[in-house]
Amino acid sequence: MKYVDEFRQSKVLTRQLTELRQSVTQRWVIMDVCGGQTHAFLRYGLEGALDDVLELIHGPGCPVCVTPAETIGDAMELTLNHHVTLASFGDMLRVPGATGSLLQARARGADVRIVYSPMDAVQLAVRNPAREVVFFGVGFETTAPATALALLQARQLGLTNFSVLDHHVRVEPAMRAILQLPNCRVQGFLAAGHVCTVTGFAHYEELVRGFQVPIVVTGFEPVDLLSGLSECVRLLEQKTPALENRYSRSARPTGNARAQQLLDEVFQVATIPWRGFGRIAEGGLRLRAEFQSFDARVRFSLESAVSDHDGECQSGLVLSGQIKPPQCPLFGNACTPDQPRGAPMVSSEGACAAYFRYAQTVEASSE
Amino acid sequence: MNEANPWFQCPLPVTQDDSQISLAHGEGGRLSRSLIRDQILRRLGNDTLLRLEDSATLMLPSPDDEASTALAFTTDGYTVSPLFFPGGDIGKLAVFGTVNDLAVTGARPLWLSLAMIIEEGLPVSLLNQVLDSIRDAAVTAHVQIVTGDTKVVPRGMTDKLYVTTSGIGVRCHSAPTGAATLQPDDEIIVSGPIGCHGAAVLCSREQFDFDPLPHSDCAPLTEPLMALISAGLTPRAVRDATRGGVAAVLHEWTEMSRTRCMLVEDQIPVTASVRAVCELLGLDAIHLANEGTCLLATPSHLVQPTLALLRQFPITQSAAAIGRVAVSRRPAVTMVRVSGREVAIDEPSGAPLPRIC
Repeated sequence: MKYVDEFRQSKVLTRQLTELRQSVTQRWVIMDVCGGQTHAFLRYGLEGALDDVLELIHGPGCPVCVTPAETIGDAMELTLNHHVTLASFGDMLRVPGATGSLLQARARGADVRIVYSPMDAVQLAVRNPAREVVFFGVGFETTAPATALALLQARQLGLTNFSVLDHHVRVEPAMRAILQLPNCRVQGFLAAGHVCTVTGFAHYEELVRGFQVPIVVTGFEPVDLLSGLSECVRLLEQKTPALENRYSRSARPTGNARAQQLLDEVFQVATIPWRGFGRIAEGGLRLRAEFQSFDARVRFSLESAVSDHDGECQSGLVLSGQIKPPQCPLFGNACTPDQPRGAPMVSSEGACAAYFRYAQTVEASSE
Repeated sequence: MNEANPWFQCPLPVTQDDSQISLAHGEGGRLSRSLIRDQILRRLGNDTLLRLEDSATLMLPSPDDEASTALAFTTDGYTVSPLFFPGGDIGKLAVFGTVNDLAVTGARPLWLSLAMIIEEGLPVSLLNQVLDSIRDAAVTAHVQIVTGDTKVVPRGMTDKLYVTTSGIGVRCHSAPTGAATLQPDDEIIVSGPIGCHGAAVLCSREQFDFDPLPHSDCAPLTEPLMALISAGLTPRAVRDATRGGVAAVLHEWTEMSRTRCMLVEDQIPVTASVRAVCELLGLDAIHLANEGTCLLATPSHLVQPTLALLRQFPITQSAAAIGRVAVSRRPAVTMVRVSGREVAIDEPSGAPLPRIC
């Protein structure tokens, strides 16, 4: 398969691993920002292969993980009390909020549909004019343009039964927030290649200069990951913090102008809460005033109830790289993918789920 | 959130709702097994049922005290949306699925029952299409539909049509001894490319327009499996990898035999179209359902003749050895990835949900 097989070749991987191991003189702490990267590192056993020479920590780039419980609470309220048809990406359905998960709501009779694109939600609204259809728009700059496109289409179609419960988040402010932590351990970043494809990455220069931290734009296949990691290690070893791109087949410095234009037309930058992080300055996007009629929060007068936190799930520490998933006392015992206590155990991009799936049993079960 | 201390809080109240059945209980993973173990077996368990094999083995005493006959008996309910999908339909599925549940326990399928729950308003032409498909499938699999039942329920009480088939077969004397008898160094064989059915139904249901479109592998496994037994190549265990896919079967096997199954990633056959679906949606083919593809555990010295024989049949022509059984301190399924590293393979937890981005 083109663009897949050549980035998964055993021979290349073996060579990359050997060279990388040889180039390291100290155990640098490097954060991969995106949950897709986290999963690939663990899925291919690359973290285990490098653990003695590098410390990989996993960042906040899991859209499901950083969506606040109160936003899930809003979605639950929409389905259970306002009886809307809620269209959501599949990942979101298992995440527990204050009153349960959307899957549980569906078992109680709520109309929750899995969609693969916001456009599918628009089509649902077109086909069911008597139903209120709400799209649960979450995710980073990778998914936000599609939400924007859906809203523009809904406006063009003159739909009055379509709205969006939005919680789109921005990557760069979260990286900055992590770097500003008093006990930040991150020495280098692998930036999220797909987000950079949309936003570009020239704006990371400021982080590199301000915090003297190397940032390497990195893809998601095993060869991409090791290539990004090697470059990051090279910059660290040479003590030359710089911004480099190792995902040039997709990411360009200025990004995708059309997608950025869409985002700008529909959303404005806003300070919004991140699950486990608190409010992050300019950490998200909110609908512009002219799209208020499509804002589910306005249409249904939602008053997000800030939910009690139980303090047990340590997702904030996990997502900011302070601890690794197995260091959480709940991990693997009270918290599993079947009975998740925190969002990172739910999502196919969550760090806890990745550790549970791939990193747990090999050593324990080996002969 | 708390502005004064904004970091490292997880506002996650714990809500675990075990009081209701969720869809995940029906998806073949851990939750399905806990439903069967904790609710059903606790109430209905008996010696035969507790074995949890694809079909129950029932000894039929012979009146003249000659060798008794072993019958295999199984039942399965079929709900699939849409009713027709590339490579199959609910009728074909209902025949071949039950036939395969018999065949994998080393039985030759003979008779099937057919029960249909039909939604009010279903076009008769559609029902006839399904019935024709059932007839053709029964001919292909050399079984007869010998009894049946129909119920019609009000519109909205079911999704068009649900089908249940039960099947009876006669077990061969040298049938597989079952997953509990797996031995270290046995090899794991897969009879064909994996994940085709799951990918085909997913694409069909969600109207994904992949090119090429994945086609279901829906087919009867009787002939190749009977041929193996006749040739003295009876595998230790055979299982059609339906819900939960290859991963779910291997997790069950390792648990029953207290072993570790170690797969080798680049030896697992996956078609280009299934790979494309998996890559795009973030799914893993080993978690996707199959309907005409089985796993076999075979003593290592029988692997080559087994593969040679399987490859003579069209539906098992891509059979491949994909891993082996190993001694283990605790049950585990692992995979040697292309990076050369061995990583654990988790059991599917609920239906595979496509990722966000």
